[in-house]
Amino acid sequence: MGASHPRSEQHQYHELMAKTGFSLEQIKNLHIRFQHLSGNEETIRRKHLSSIPALANNPIKKEIIEAFFDKRNQHENETGSFEEIGFEQFLMVMSHFRPPTLRTKDEEREALRKEKLHFLFNMHDTDSDGIITLEEYRKVVEELLSKSGNIGQEAARAIADAAMLEVASTNAPDMGPDDFYEGITFEHFEQMLQNLELESRMHIRFLDVKTTTMHCGKATM
Amino acid sequence: MAACGRTRLWLLVSLVLVSPATGREAQFRSNHPDHPGEHEANLTGIPITSFKWEHVETPYLVALWVLVCFLCKLVIEANHHVTEYIPESALLICCGFILGGMIWGADKVQTFTLTPRVFFFYLLPQIILDAGYSMPNKLFFTNLGGILVYAIIGTCWNAASLGLSLWGCHKGGAMGKAYLALRCWRGETRSCSGPWSPSLCPSVPPSIYPSVPLFLRPFVPPFLRPSVSHVLCLRPAGDIEIGLLQYLLFGSLLAAVDPVAVLAVFEQVHVNEVLFIMVFGESLLNDGVTVVLFNVFDAFVTLGGAKINAAEIVKGIISFFVVAFGGSLLGFVFGLLISLLTRCTKKIQIIEPGFIFVLGYLAYLTAEMLSLSAILSITFCGICCQKYMNSNMDESSVQTVKYAIKVFANGSETMIFVFLGISAIDKTIWVWNTGFILLTLLFIMVYRIMGVFFLTWILNRTRLVPIEFIDQIIMSYGGLRGAVAYGLAVMLDETKIKEKNLMISTTLIVVYFTVIFQGVTLKPLVQWLKVKRASHSELTLIEKLQNRAFEHTLVAIEDISGQIGHNYMRDKWNKFEEKYMSWFLMKPSARKKQDRLFNAFHQLNLKDAMNYVDEGERRGSLEFIRNEGAFIDFKKKFDDEMSEAMPDIMADMSDDHGRAPPKRRDTVPSVSLELHEQSMRGNRAAEDFNSHHLLQQHLYKGRKQHRHRYSRSHFDINKDENEVQEIFQRTMKSRLESFKSGKMGVAPPKTITKHTKKEQQSKMLNGKNRSYLSGDEDFEFSEGDSASGYDASFPTRVAYRAGDGIENPAFMPDVDPSSTMHIPPWLADVELDSVAPSQRAQVRLPWTPGDLRRLSSLRTSVRSSDSFQLTDDRQGDRDELPPPPPPPPRRDGDSV
Repeated sequence: MGASHPRSEQHQYHELMAKTGFSLEQIKNLHIRFQHLSGNEETIRRKHLSSIPALANNPIKKEIIEAFFDKRNQHENETGSFEEIGFEQFLMVMSHFRPPTLRTKDEEREALRKEKLHFLFNMHDTDSDGIITLEEYRKVVEELLSKSGNIGQEAARAIADAAMLEVASTNAPDMGPDDFYEGITFEHFEQMLQNLELESRMHIRFLDVKTTTMHCGKATM
Repeated sequence: MAACGRTRLWLLVSLVLVSPATGREAQFRSNHPDHPGEHEANLTGIPITSFKWEHVETPYLVALWVLVCFLCKLVIEANHHVTEYIPESALLICCGFILGGMIWGADKVQTFTLTPRVFFFYLLPQIILDAGYSMPNKLFFTNLGGILVYAIIGTCWNAASLGLSLWGCHKGGAMGKAYLALRCWRGETRSCSGPWSPSLCPSVPPSIYPSVPLFLRPFVPPFLRPSVSHVLCLRPAGDIEIGLLQYLLFGSLLAAVDPVAVLAVFEQVHVNEVLFIMVFGESLLNDGVTVVLFNVFDAFVTLGGAKINAAEIVKGIISFFVVAFGGSLLGFVFGLLISLLTRCTKKIQIIEPGFIFVLGYLAYLTAEMLSLSAILSITFCGICCQKYMNSNMDESSVQTVKYAIKVFANGSETMIFVFLGISAIDKTIWVWNTGFILLTLLFIMVYRIMGVFFLTWILNRTRLVPIEFIDQIIMSYGGLRGAVAYGLAVMLDETKIKEKNLMISTTLIVVYFTVIFQGVTLKPLVQWLKVKRASHSELTLIEKLQNRAFEHTLVAIEDISGQIGHNYMRDKWNKFEEKYMSWFLMKPSARKKQDRLFNAFHQLNLKDAMNYVDEGERRGSLEFIRNEGAFIDFKKKFDDEMSEAMPDIMADMSDDHGRAPPKRRDTVPSVSLELHEQSMRGNRAAEDFNSHHLLQQHLYKGRKQHRHRYSRSHFDINKDENEVQEIFQRTMKSRLESFKSGKMGVAPPKTITKHTKKEQQSKMLNGKNRSYLSGDEDFEFSEGDSASGYDASFPTRVAYRAGDGIENPAFMPDVDPSSTMHIPPWLADVELDSVAPSQRAQVRLPWTPGDLRRLSSLRTSVRSSDSFQLTDDRQGDRDELPPPPPPPPRRDGDSV
């Protein structure tokens, strides 16, 4: 959509900069990449992303691609998913992985942190109800482990279950035998991952300089 | 603290006894050199015993010193309130002072000092090996860029700046005075200049002026200033001057941050992991630089300034690369060698933990022999073999290595610090020159700070997550110098560097200052600056899962955005590693279960089992298991719902071994289950009474009885874990059941149901059942111990068999007699279905030892058939064996 407007490209870029926090060069680079992926179309569809060769071996490819089409990741309080996304949406998703700069203030940092965690959370919470249920979690774990080769599906499930139990027992230690742990809420999710400090590691280096990376992405595969 | 006091007293007494004794012995020997001969000559009969001190002297002293150092540590650690504020390393050094004082008092000469040979050959390697072996690889390599910058550029900077500044001070104005004095005292008058005339040198008595700090000296009124000669008179005559090259040499030996000291101090401070790895990694890797700098300047000093030309300098630079990369490569090769060797140590399990020590040491010595960087070599050896070795070796061996390596490392660290202290108490090495020493201290601090900040500034321009300001402060402040510097200083050649003793003293002062003063203040500083601390808890399973998902996400985003970043590289490397390196270096069986998630899972299981036992203990019995596990809801048994629930129950480890085909099912007939249930109910009331007691007696002890056998080559390890694991399986299952049932609204535990019902319906199901197998495998069977460990312990299996037997008559002959006699098949089934151990105990209660024995032999036979079956299974046959009796499947896999 953003890309489809007839405004001058420059102007559009500046708008995006304000919105996503990327630098102009980064946006330009990403735009090139975007066009490359979409085959110079205005929008990207799932098939475009899933045809990236480098992704082929990624066990959670599906979840990640889904994340790009997830309206929740656009910060507009919508749920559901797109059929196709424009450059702006693409950029919004990418912006979750923007590293903070030294200038970032504390509140901003906190907001960023939440955003990042929400992104991860949304990847698991496929039905957008704010809770990762056992079913949802199992699915992710199964896929996650499916490529490891040594782990069968049952084992994956068992692991998912054990992990879930673990969460249940930490978050609701007093659960009676008849209680039912519905699933992981965002708060629990956040708490669980505190130690990992994922938010501080969830960065990707977006190159400023125009390089050959665009080609590398595909060429090296 | 009365106990502490007593300990200390004891220690003191023992020390007092030890040190004079050695001194006296030495004297005795020198007085009567031929005493032993006389003694023999006068010998008229066979002496009942004789005292031969010389015979054992060296090893005896070594052992005594080890003991003494350990006792020091013991005393120190007993005083918790002290170690809270003062790091252990500092206290050990102080202990060393005291011990050194005693020796000095007794011998009037320092008999025991830390010699470079002992330090570099016998004390240092294991510490570095430990560092490499327990290195968090991922963290290390993620930050490798930064670490290298600090280690190489930072160290060069430290060396150069320290050397040049000292030299500059030597040459220049204010500092010149200090060094003027120095020269004068050496008897050189020619270069003396300035207000004090060198001609006064010989005659004036000492004054306190030399002890006035340098920077205060200009303020001392002239009439109070002594003539230079006072300073000079303090020192023995000599005739050396420290030239630029010597200063640089001195700078290079003091430049390196010391891994031992850093580790000792930072270990107690728990700073965040990035900060830690930066300082620690630097301290390890800068050894390559130090060695090169040291050697190069040493060579330059030998050559003399005039002969140094561009070619020599270029050679020095080249030698840096050769030494550093050669050393690393050598270590890498040895690491691969260890990995390969541990692939085939199945038959010599007892000594397999030794390989890393021997080969690691060889890596060190080889590097030393080729004058490469020995520390780098052994570091990389540890780093590169850890993964493969840990998965190749048996679990017990891994534990052994982990433990032994810590024992060695910690032990020699203790000794190093104690001896650093002892070495100080030696009049002969002390040459005091306030200016030189203070300036050195000052420059070390200042240049370290400057270097760190400058390099961090550069690094932060490219780092994704910048190193924060307070982290930089800690990094600068954490630049501790230690025994490596001292060792190098002692190695200086006295003929080339006449001021060797001054350098040693200064080095010692620097070491003491950094280890004691900075070590003590580091912790408050960290707290005061609110440095981010490490969360040092073991990651939970879900965290590991999340972490992995997260990594994949990052890689995917990089892929999508078309960037080639660290994640991309790491991903590529992981793929490569998985595909080739693991294939090459790991046993096939190990490869299959190397997954970290499984380790976490494993841990979780164990923990669970422990909790379970605890809880059981707390309640006074294991009753509750029965309640949850044994009540079987028969209606549900055939519910399809249940089959859904089933799979979740337990992870099955065998799956991850890739072994068992999913479709096999156990064949326990439902009839027997029901029977069992009924009988259970009937029995329960009676059983309840002191089931715990029974359990103790029969379940646990029964196994242990078979454990006490001496064998040098077989060590029955881990047997206890059988119990734990068994119990765990039960708890885990019941926990899951209740969890599930909560969800599904089903009554709890019906493992049994699955057996009867689900059969081929769902694979997951299988997983569940197999879990028994797998769990058992993992814990119980270490190679080597095959049948021995378990004999009496697993009546269950036999019983199980009986259940099986129904379907599979082939087994009947073996199994049936005993099992039918003692355990009704239904009971047996229940047991295997994870009911309470207590039941089993009860079942077993009536047995006589003889029965047990019989059982055990039976079991052995059963086992062997099992293994065949298992192998069959792997080929996709239908499984006739129900869960439990797992032969060590891994080995099976291997051998077949």
